[in-house]
Amino acid sequence: MVEKTVVDTEFDRVVKAQKCKIEVNDLTISYAGKAALSDVSLKIYENEIFGIIGPANAGKTSFLKSLNLMNTFDANMKVEGDIRFNNRDIHQLRNVYALRSRIGVVFPLPVGLPLTIYENVALSPRLRGIKDKTSLDQIVERCLQRAALWDEVKDRLNSLGSLLSGGQQQRLTIARALSQEPEVLMLDEFSIAVDPVTTMRIEDVLKELKHEMTIILVTNLVQQAHRLADRTAFFLDGKCIEIGDTEALFNGEVKDPLTLDYIEGRFG
Amino acid sequence: MHKTTLEKANSAESMFSVSALNVKNKKTQKLYSVLFLMMTLLLILPVLVILGTLIVKGGSMISIDFLFTDPVNGMTEGGVFPALLGTVWLVSLALLVSVPLGIAAAIYLSEYASDNWFTRIINLAIINLAGVPSIVHALFGLGAFVMFFGFGTSILAASLTLAIMTLPVVIVSTRESLQAVPHAFREACWNMGATRWQTIRRVVLPNAVSGILTGVILEVSRTTGETAPIMFTGAAFFLPFLPQGIFDQTMALSLHLFVVSTQVPNVPEALPYAVALVLIGMVLLMNSVSIALRMYLRGQKKW
Repeated sequence: MVEKTVVDTEFDRVVKAQKCKIEVNDLTISYAGKAALSDVSLKIYENEIFGIIGPANAGKTSFLKSLNLMNTFDANMKVEGDIRFNNRDIHQLRNVYALRSRIGVVFPLPVGLPLTIYENVALSPRLRGIKDKTSLDQIVERCLQRAALWDEVKDRLNSLGSLLSGGQQQRLTIARALSQEPEVLMLDEFSIAVDPVTTMRIEDVLKELKHEMTIILVTNLVQQAHRLADRTAFFLDGKCIEIGDTEALFNGEVKDPLTLDYIEGRFG
Repeated sequence: MHKTTLEKANSAESMFSVSALNVKNKKTQKLYSVLFLMMTLLLILPVLVILGTLIVKGGSMISIDFLFTDPVNGMTEGGVFPALLGTVWLVSLALLVSVPLGIAAAIYLSEYASDNWFTRIINLAIINLAGVPSIVHALFGLGAFVMFFGFGTSILAASLTLAIMTLPVVIVSTRESLQAVPHAFREACWNMGATRWQTIRRVVLPNAVSGILTGVILEVSRTTGETAPIMFTGAAFFLPFLPQGIFDQTMALSLHLFVVSTQVPNVPEALPYAVALVLIGMVLLMNSVSIALRMYLRGQKKW
């Protein structure tokens, strides 16, 4: 018998068993020549919550934008490097719109579109060509339920989504993202305009959703990453300083002391 | 101990006492508010004087008959029907051309075009087009539509001239209403996998439509009163018959007003005032519709 020479840690084995969902290599993003992110390489696995923490201007949002090719809408934004989605190079895609519809996005400030609550959630299915009323009804109900909003709005689906309260709008945004039936859900500091109670409700929702999709959670609340993320990356000034198992990082097992300083709030 | 002035001003008692400086500030503030109120009232004055004069001097001639009969007896008697109808013809046809064109251009400029030298030149051209005097537009229309394209002096040529003239207004007002729709809505849609056009059609346009409509109606009211551009291109001094199609000439209210006030002898004094009253009535009606529409749509603000 051949002796096994490499002993994987528990964590490594779990990770290796997982499928790589998104892989970026040497990703560099610049706006009109000014670098926002440089040489970031990382892997995000299926069904994990991947947390990204870091102060303002760290390049977190730019990172998210590059993943669903939003740079095509911003002439100033230049993205270089290799981005792979399900192991396929996204720069060779024929249909960018299909990629974007596989990735749900939730913004820092809730964006309830000026449509009815129903239409907010039904928009993405409609864009994909679903016209049948019963299917749409089902999708709307299911998504609103999963976003923990259904009970509050089920009697007024035809009122405007943009007039809901901030916390409700944010859950509406999540319901809308879910209506895309995404493989990846990207949340960009979703809780900055949301009250603590709603934040906790959304966090519970995310823990459930993790079993069905990959979640990328950009957050400026270190504790939120601690609560939710399986692995966490620390971005600083356009660089990815460190990536590691969240528990390990918060237990102080860091490679770079900067990470620990940031996690423990000693940053200046 | 003697307190400094600053300490006194900041002390708690200062809230309950009045210093000379306070009195002076209050007086100046009163003076300016009254001054600005007077200036604002001064603006209303011309409107009142114009309307008042027209109503006093021409009001007696206005009747249903006046609106719906032809001018007779060398235009010294009768009504303004052909001119009224002609104005409606000209304005509607001009809108039919300028509104789709203008909205399309505005959508392109606001939603598709990136900010580069090319779009900057287009913007500059639009601003300059808006600044071209109407008499120059008239000569352009004469050269281009009447002669070059061979439409003759006709409703078509006159409407096209009016359309070109009002195009910048439509473009600018439409672009502004499109840009009033928050950018975040577009980004949310794009992130969902919507194309630019799907985003425009489902989210941007429905929410810009109120602004676009108000812009269009305001444009109607401006077009109604234009005289110079149609004088050379399609409006006639007097026609004994109504236009049968877009290649006929027509009478128009604005030109009719010019004609009866300056070109025709022995016109009763009230007639030009009555024509002017009809013209201004049309414009005011349009503006009121525009204001009502804006108030209605603003009432259902969506974000």
